[in-house]
Formats: sequence, C-alpha cells, structure tokens
Amino acid sequence: MSYLETANDILLSPTGLEVNDLQNVLDQMMGNSINQADLYFQTSRHESWVLEDGIVKEGNYNIEQGVGVRAISGEKTGFSYSDEIVLPALNQAADAAKTIARAGQQNQVQAWKKHSSHNLYLPVDPLDSLNTDEKIDLLKQVDAEARKQDPRIKQVIASLVGVHEVVLVASSDGTLNADVRPLVRMNVTVIAEDGDKREQASSGGGGRVGYEYFIEEDRALGFAREAVRQALVNLKAVEAPAGAMPVVLGAGWPGVLLHEAVGHGLEGDFNRKGSSAFSGRIGERVASSLCTIVDDGTLDARRGSLNMDDEGTTTQQTMLIEKGILKGYMQDKMNAELMGEKSTGNGRRESYAHLPMPRMTNTYMLAGEHDPQEIIESVDKGVYAVNFGGGQVDITSGKFVFSASEAYLIEKGKITQPIKGATLIGNGPDVLTRVSMVGNDLKLDTGVGVCGKEGQSVRVGVGQPTLKVDSLTVGGTA
Amino acid sequence: MSSSKSGQKPKLQQVDPSNPYDSDNLKSVVNDLLQEAKTQGASAAEAGLSVESGLSVTVRLGDVETIEHNRDKGLAITVYFGHRKGAASTSDFSPKAIKETVKAACDIARYTEDDQYAGLPEKDSLATDIPDLELYHPWAISAEEAVELAKECEDAARAEDKRITNSEGGSVSSHTGIRLYGNSHGFLNGYNTSRHSMSCTVIAGQDDAMQRDYWYDVNRDANKLESATDIGKHAAQRTVARLAAKNMPTCQVPVIFKAEVAKGLISHLLSGVRGGAQYRKATFLLDHLGKQIFPDRIRLDERPHIKGGLGSAPYDNEGVITSARDLVTDGVLKGYVLDSYSARRLGMQSTGNAGGIHNLYINHDDISLQNMIKEMDKGLVITEVMGQGVNTVTGDYSRGASGFWVENGEIQYPVEEFTLAGRLPDMFMGLQRVGNDLDVRGGVITGSWLIDNMTVAGG
Repeated sequence: MSYLETANDILLSPTGLEVNDLQNVLDQMMGNSINQADLYFQTSRHESWVLEDGIVKEGNYNIEQGVGVRAISGEKTGFSYSDEIVLPALNQAADAAKTIARAGQQNQVQAWKKHSSHNLYLPVDPLDSLNTDEKIDLLKQVDAEARKQDPRIKQVIASLVGVHEVVLVASSDGTLNADVRPLVRMNVTVIAEDGDKREQASSGGGGRVGYEYFIEEDRALGFAREAVRQALVNLKAVEAPAGAMPVVLGAGWPGVLLHEAVGHGLEGDFNRKGSSAFSGRIGERVASSLCTIVDDGTLDARRGSLNMDDEGTTTQQTMLIEKGILKGYMQDKMNAELMGEKSTGNGRRESYAHLPMPRMTNTYMLAGEHDPQEIIESVDKGVYAVNFGGGQVDITSGKFVFSASEAYLIEKGKITQPIKGATLIGNGPDVLTRVSMVGNDLKLDTGVGVCGKEGQSVRVGVGQPTLKVDSLTVGGTA
Repeated sequence: MSSSKSGQKPKLQQVDPSNPYDSDNLKSVVNDLLQEAKTQGASAAEAGLSVESGLSVTVRLGDVETIEHNRDKGLAITVYFGHRKGAASTSDFSPKAIKETVKAACDIARYTEDDQYAGLPEKDSLATDIPDLELYHPWAISAEEAVELAKECEDAARAEDKRITNSEGGSVSSHTGIRLYGNSHGFLNGYNTSRHSMSCTVIAGQDDAMQRDYWYDVNRDANKLESATDIGKHAAQRTVARLAAKNMPTCQVPVIFKAEVAKGLISHLLSGVRGGAQYRKATFLLDHLGKQIFPDRIRLDERPHIKGGLGSAPYDNEGVITSARDLVTDGVLKGYVLDSYSARRLGMQSTGNAGGIHNLYINHDDISLQNMIKEMDKGLVITEVMGQGVNTVTGDYSRGASGFWVENGEIQYPVEEFTLAGRLPDMFMGLQRVGNDLDVRGGVITGSWLIDNMTVAGG
C-alpha cells in the first residue's frame, strides 16, 4: 500500500473526509490575494518506558492528531488548526487562516501532481516491534550492563521511546503527498560516585526503525557501557583551561559545531529577511578549502531523515558549503518563492499545531584526508573534545557556543588528562576558515539530536570527521 | 497602556465573571475518567485536563507577517494498582477515547513494577479552600487590533535610532485557558488563567556587523503590560548598545548579571534543590538542608498566592496546597522543592511544588543598577548568556556571554564572544549585592546580581 493510501485510511476515511473535500477547502481559501494554501494532517502515537532504581516504574502512552491550515499571501501567513479532523472543523480553521487576505488577484488550486518519493525507512509501527515484556527486559539488561561495569555506578536511568506518525499534506500548488514515519530512541543516564565526587553521563541513540535496532549489534548494551565510560572519565577530570587555543573535535556528534556555526545561519527565512550573518554571501569564502558541508534528508533510516518534508516536498541532499565557498541556503516553499529559488525539502514543523519553516535535517561535513591520530599529533598544546551537551547561536552577530561534556588536554601531540566540561565560543562566519586539518573518519551521530527554533522542536542529525580548528576560545577556569 | 500615543487603542475589559469554558462539563469529563479508571480496576487514579485558546500576531517592517489562531486541549490520566502505575494522554474528549485512554494506562500498569513510593499525595495535604488568585483577565482583542498594537511597538523601535536597519518584528499574543485536576481522594478543582505578552526584536547595523536584541513584557492582565512604545524603544536601545562590540582578554573580574540573566542563576539553584536531584544524589547541593549557601543577609521566599502573579497557584499539579515559605533564610537553605513522590523518597512532606516553584523572590539591597556599576568600579555587566554549560551535578558553570565592560565605575563599551566560568557554590557565596531593578516577568523575581569574581575566557 502506498503512503498516500495508508494516510488516507488512517487520517481521512474514519471521519468521512475524501481527497475531493480537501480540494474544495483549498479552493475556498484561494480568493483575495491568497497565493498558496495548505493542509497538514497528522496523527501520532507515542509511548515511553522508564527504568530507575533497577525497576521499570513509569510508562506513558499518548495519541495526538489534528490538522493545520495555512494561507499565504506574499510575505503574510495566516494559520489555524484543529485537533478534530472533520469537515466543519476544517472549514472553520480555513476561515480563520484566511483572515490575512486582502482584496487582490484570484488564484487557482492546481490539479494534484505525481510525486517522486523516497523509501528511506519501512512504514513499521515501532510500538509493535517488540512486545511489552521484551521492552522491559531490554531496559533491565541495560541496567545490569551499566551496573556491572563498575561499583562506582550508583544509579541508572534508562528510557525507551517509540513514535508512529502518519502525515498527509495537500496544497494549492498540486501537492498531495503522505509519509509514514517510525522513530525510536533509547537513552541511558548513569550517576557515578567516588568519595565526595559525583558525575552524571548519558548515552543513547535511535532512528527511523523498530525497537529491534537496539538489540541488534548489542546497541543498547553499548549505550550502557558508553555512559559508564564517560562518567568514570569525568570523575578524574581536572579544571579546563581558559582562553583561545587549538581545538581538535572528534568525529560524529561534535558536528553540532556545524549545526550552530553555519547551519542555522543558512536557513532561508533568516536570509530572506537579511538577519543572518551569512545573508547575501553566496559565492563567498566562509570556510577553509578543506570544508564541504551538506544538509541531507535522504540518509537511510536516520533520525533527521524524511521521505518528504512537512510541506510534501521530496527531501534531497543540499550543498551548503563546497570547498569553503558558500553555495546555498536551506529552503521551505514560502521563503524559496520569495527569494526566487526552489524548496530544498527543508520545510519542517513540530506538529500540525505549528507553522512550517526552514529547518535542518542531517547536517554534516564530508571526510578529508588526514589520519585522526596525525591531527592530534600536530597540536603542541590544546584541547581534544569528543562529546558535547549541545549548543546555541545568535544568527545575526554570528556568535555561537557549544558545550563539551567529554574533553582532554593535548600536550606535545599526546592526549593527556581529561578536563571538566567547558563551553567553546566562536564566530560562525570565520570559525571554519580556521579549520586546518580534516580527518578521513566521517561519522554521523547515534541519533539523539533535537533542534529548537522559535519554540518548535524537530529531530535532526549531525556529523563530521575529526577536525582541527587552529584557534577557538575554551571557557574553562584554569 | 498609558503611553500609547496614537492609533487604535485595544479594548480592555475587567475580569469576566462569566466562564468562557464550560467548567461543569469539563469537570464531568475528569469525573468520567476517574470513574472509568475505577471500573477498570485501578485502586487509585488522578487526571488532568486543559483547554487553551488564543491569538498571536507578528508584524514585520510595518506589515503583517503572521496571524496564528491557537486552540489546544488535552487530558491525561495516571492509574495506580497498589504501587504500580501507568499513564496515558489524548486530545480526544469523546467517551470512546476516555475508555481507550484509561485502558492504555491500565495496560501499562500491568507491566510496571512495584515502587513503594508511588501513589497519590496524602489526602490531608490537598487544598480544601481554593482562593481566587485573580489569574484570569481576558483581553477582548481582535486580530486587527493586535496587528495595530504590534505595529505601534515595532514602529517605535524603528524610529528610535537610525542605526536600526532591519527587524524581526513586533508581536502580540493573548491566551486564556482552563486547567482542571482531580484524583480519587475526591479532589476535583479547576480555574481559569490568562497570559498576554508583547515583544519586539530589531537589528542594528554598523559597518559590516549586525546586532540583534529584543524586549518583551508578559502579564496575566493586559492593562498592566508595558506600553507598546516603551517595549519598542527598549528593544531598540538594547540593540544599538551592542554595536561595535569588542572581544575580552582572558581574565578574572567581578561580574554583574543583569536581572533578566540573574533569574537563570536562581533556576540553577532550583535544579539543585529539587527533590528528584536530591534523592538521586545528582546535585551540587546534596544534603545541604540547614547549610549556608549564600551570604547571611540573603533570603529567598516563595509566595504562591500573589494576586495575578505569573507563578501563582492555589494548589500544585497534584492538588497539594501551596503556601508561603522561606527557601533560604540568612543565607541558609531551609527547604527543598518537593512533590509528593520525592518527599516520600526523602522521608519529608511535599512542599506543594509538583510542577515547579510559585513566585520566588530574593531580597534586594536599596541600590540601583547604576550604583552597583559604580560600586563594582571595574568588571563586566552581563546582558546575555548562551548555551548549556551548567552542570548542576558538580556545580561547574561555563557559558558563553555578552554584555559591557566597566571601568572607573562606568560602562565603557559592549563586549562579546567570551565565556564566563566558575563554580555555582562559589558564585552564590560570592553574591555581594542584589539590585532594586526587579524583573517581575515570570515566576522568579530578582534584581541584578553583583558576584565578586569569575573567570572570563576570551580571544
């Protein structure tokens, strides 16, 4: 069964809605200067299980569904939504959304078009991919694995989350597209105690797959061991240095550097409005020639991947920076049209109750040629940071931060002591010009990222090879 | 709205005694949920329900950018079979959905394990007298009027200084809602609330550099919002002041956290004294009850029953009565922030903080921000902090920041792209002054903080 048939069965049929009705609703919205209208139907089932103190104490199940109705007139957007998917509620939301309309030209709804589509993940229901006993057993194995690593592990909190989501988009531009999106996530947090010292560390991952993913290749147990390893390393951490110095970033999740330093600044809305430090800089050098960075929503089964974005546009790989030169922005339909470009399949929204806007999917830097060991050996005195808590950026001034949760001193080309977590700060438009070495070890994160923008959260991925920034400010105390 | 100079003035109305939501009908939904839980065999249950609606508009460069109509509802149930529990939620209030949601929660409780601390709060801890805290002040504002007001706000910002070159817009939003909570002890109450806000974000340019900043106000009563013009002007002044920012050298200096960022420091304190952090032993303030954590003149007290307060609540998310109390007296930690579960884990009583703190105040000195700057003589004034970088297990603090460099008791120039680092216990003990420039927007109310010494890393 196609995604569209599945979505029709789950979202429309139970309430007697037909695809023709959607066309009629869109038709009614298109009068008076409204040049685009769209409907976003969504249903999602969400479950979570939490283990603490060695027992599974909490479980939660949630069903959410609704329809978001948007009307666009040039740079103006009207938006309304309803948590009831029935025709009267849909008409009411449509009336509210079109209140932005002014007298103007009458636009037409296009006939439904055919869409190419990806099959990046199977339309499985993750909630049914294991039975409840198996889910609980998995959490208990994780608990036992973490505790047996070291007697200093005093607490283990493990959680398992599954989401099954079906979305359907109908737009006046002829888009009629649907997606069935599975998602699973596991997290393990441990607390280690050594005398008076305490440290907490977390590890986890997931993707657009079923829960069996965590059993395969012992992934769940691997998360437990990794959380313990990080907590024990941090028990021995000394004060972090303060000041500008060479910083080597590990492969994978440290790609949060790219997400903050350049990713947000290359989102289409900020660049249309001229509010980004990267505005108007296409074709200019913004990174060293070693840096090629893409946003790619088409990676198999990854957390940040989508068969189509939330405007029904098929996702793609978008070149952002090629050999250091700024090549393009990430676009949704509205900003693309206003800038005379095409949507890059980055129109995303938290849910039917939120407006879409340009957002990242999986953002990463392509591999370079250096052996990671060689990169570390090239540093006389600096920092090697391999795990991060997260980051933030001011896209207008370009200043960004990201906070290391596992890092080491490099002294005379060797990794010596672990240091306490510290925030690194830099300027987006020039930090990548100081990238002097890029490793051959490109890695993507394990599937844990959540990105917040204007109050909306979406799931994203990041990745990079090991790389060296010649000078970055490290916010320690020593 | 005293200084609205021109244009359409929004219609403001007094407290509407008539209820916009059919609270009797909603109460019966909660009752049905609790009843269904009993029917399906639960030994105890608790349920919450909320309905909210509102309007948000944004105007950018003098023209409408977005008009959003919000309408949300949801219900959630937690069932107990002895000490096993399960929870489920939905946005569907139909009888069929109620049955299914309760069943989903009961199915979960069949698999969770006995947790001797799990259960409803003790019956005698529940609120019985529910005071009217005047939390509901509807604002009869149409989309068109909200657009006019947002326009006035943004116009004021753009007119304030010619270096304001761009804008992310002026916004006005108005929301009302009702929240009900009931449990199988027989507790079932609910009340209406409102929340209105206005904000403005503008961009200033000079040479090749751009800076962005914002200002906002939020209140339960729209009559008490700062005027649109003042919010716009304030946003513009803050933005322009950041132009031509310099970098900082790595150094150790005293630091003033402006009130709006000092609030964040109080939130780190709250993370450390939360029941969950205490019973997990995951806090830099482990077992600190009765210990000195601030200089001895510092008092922090919770005032849950302030009329119209943004953090006010007659009872917490479990129906437990809220009451005024000291969290810190003479610099000594007097209590934790507990719900009934964490209280049982710690062998204590719930402090009525399921869902968080309700209006926390810190006592302040009779000193203005300007005089604090004078007193500091040389150091930093911090207006923004960025990123995570706060570890409330170890107390290590390291965040990105921007603000102003002070020398000879006066602000010299804006500074950016540096970090501030220290240890939270040292920062709290190093609190020398709290200004009288109180920021009352939100559930934590403080003036600016002067801290004796922090490490700055710059480049």
